[in-house]
Amino acid sequence: MTENNSVGTSSVGSDSVGIVAPQTAHFDKPLTLKSGAVLPQFDLVYETYGTLNADKSNAVLICHALSGTHHVAGKYTENDKYAGWWDNLVGPNKPLDTNKFFVIGLNNLGGCHGSTGPVSINPDTNQQWGSQFPVVTVEDWVKSQALLADYLGIQQLAAVIGGSLGGMQALQWTIAYPERVRHALVIASAPNLTAQNIAFNEVARQAIITDPEFHGGDYYAHQVLPRRGLRIARMLGHITYLSDDAMGAKFGRKLKGDIKYSFDAEFEMESYLRYQGDKFAGEFDANTYLRMTRALDYYDPALNFDGDLSAALNKVTAKFLVVSFTSDWRFSPARSREIVKALLDNERTVSYAEVTAAHGHDAFLMPDAHYHNILRTYLNSIEVGIHHAK
Amino acid sequence: MQNNVNITNSTQEFRQDFAIISGWVKFGSKVLDLGCGDGALLQFLRSGLEVKGYGVEKDDANWLACMNNGVNVIQMDLEDGLSGFEDQSFDTVILSQTLQAMHNTEGIVLEMLRVGREVIVTFPNFGYWRNRIQILSGNMPVSKILPYQWFDTPNVHLCTINDFDEFCKNHKISVLERKVITDGNQIDFMPNFLGNLAIYRLKAN
Repeated sequence: MTENNSVGTSSVGSDSVGIVAPQTAHFDKPLTLKSGAVLPQFDLVYETYGTLNADKSNAVLICHALSGTHHVAGKYTENDKYAGWWDNLVGPNKPLDTNKFFVIGLNNLGGCHGSTGPVSINPDTNQQWGSQFPVVTVEDWVKSQALLADYLGIQQLAAVIGGSLGGMQALQWTIAYPERVRHALVIASAPNLTAQNIAFNEVARQAIITDPEFHGGDYYAHQVLPRRGLRIARMLGHITYLSDDAMGAKFGRKLKGDIKYSFDAEFEMESYLRYQGDKFAGEFDANTYLRMTRALDYYDPALNFDGDLSAALNKVTAKFLVVSFTSDWRFSPARSREIVKALLDNERTVSYAEVTAAHGHDAFLMPDAHYHNILRTYLNSIEVGIHHAK
Repeated sequence: MQNNVNITNSTQEFRQDFAIISGWVKFGSKVLDLGCGDGALLQFLRSGLEVKGYGVEKDDANWLACMNNGVNVIQMDLEDGLSGFEDQSFDTVILSQTLQAMHNTEGIVLEMLRVGREVIVTFPNFGYWRNRIQILSGNMPVSKILPYQWFDTPNVHLCTINDFDEFCKNHKISVLERKVITDGNQIDFMPNFLGNLAIYRLKAN
């Protein structure tokens, strides 16, 4: 969920997609959202890696999680400090091999990295949307992603991949467009959030909303940012994305110096959290954060089926790989197994891997050898049509 | 459980029990293979009988082998039961040469009967005469089917055919069919003495 850039530090080498550039797709047709609100027009910013084959059968969509972007792999310049957020997965001869697949990353609606969101200009008012930007849902995102696929001339995706909130989008693709997706890779995800997860999201939102500089979401007009709120929200998030063991191993009770009997960041754990919080508050939009967490809260495909996920997945035809991590307590293996069970009840093709990992929820972004072997093996088995002659 | 890796991986050749198991599985049925190793049995059943098959395997390397073999595989520990599976949701649930390595032996058999309309269990017969001779000569049996030394064996619940018959009787489990083989040959006379592999077809009563 964190999509922490520090993970993707590989340089622009032979297994890198190299120097990449984002593109923008503009959609003039109004989009009616699940809430009933209408976006009169919108942009989606995206990146692609690899080559779309002749019969357009090798496209893989990567759905991002809470704070992700369209910048999945590669660098914008040779000197970029960090590569895209899932660079360890995507590239030539990497598990998601761009010699075989045409990979698409996008920034979701409501985001703050170029796609239409709260920071964008509302064409009706010629001012930033701010508080007026509608609440978007996983269903809305998938709908807009299908429009992007149309725009790129892709009728059917070879696969949709996502971790965490991204996994929910992959699942939703198979429900909303069963004929348009052959494989779904649902990683460290869940068929809905637990009460505890909603509670964490609520604390994060309250931190933002009660920041005096939030101004009901219209802080742009006041030329301020609710940094304190966003910072606390992010600190909370970081605690929950890591396991107790991983935190203990990385920081333990290590002190930066002698005990000072103060409230400064004396423990290394504290200074890490402050650093992460400050960094995030400087580059992410609080209105986007509110909407991303809300999309997580609301997603529940079984809701209209009396809570019966098996019934909700009845029309699904895609083949599934479901992956969870043993130390992930925010999206625990038990939640992934619910998805697996619903697919088994419908006699769908599904495999499930429970990866032994110490990193908690963040493990889905780590280049663990076995985890990557799982993805590589599964992705290798996906059949695609003819490639362009090289 | 993790040790049954060795059991399945060590026998690359066609396993003795596959032919009999495949005779008891219906064409196009839904099959769950517990402790499926590299997925060889499911591959075999799929190619011959077009079953909708799922394997359950705990070991990482075996999981990858299943995936490479194109077998659907669910990673979980059988010792935790089969809570992810609905009652009577499979036509056949198979436990092939894994029973003896289970700690929760009684629990897994009852769980299989809950999930499967029919259950197939195979295990090495500890009452086989060659095992008895080794015991009489003062050593724990070591053979092709029981290839471990006493100190490294994963087999914690070895039993004889008589023991398993009694188990079924005490748990009111219907034995629909039982076959006993030695080196691929069916044994009808004194099976608990002359047979080294027992294959049961069971149903909840």
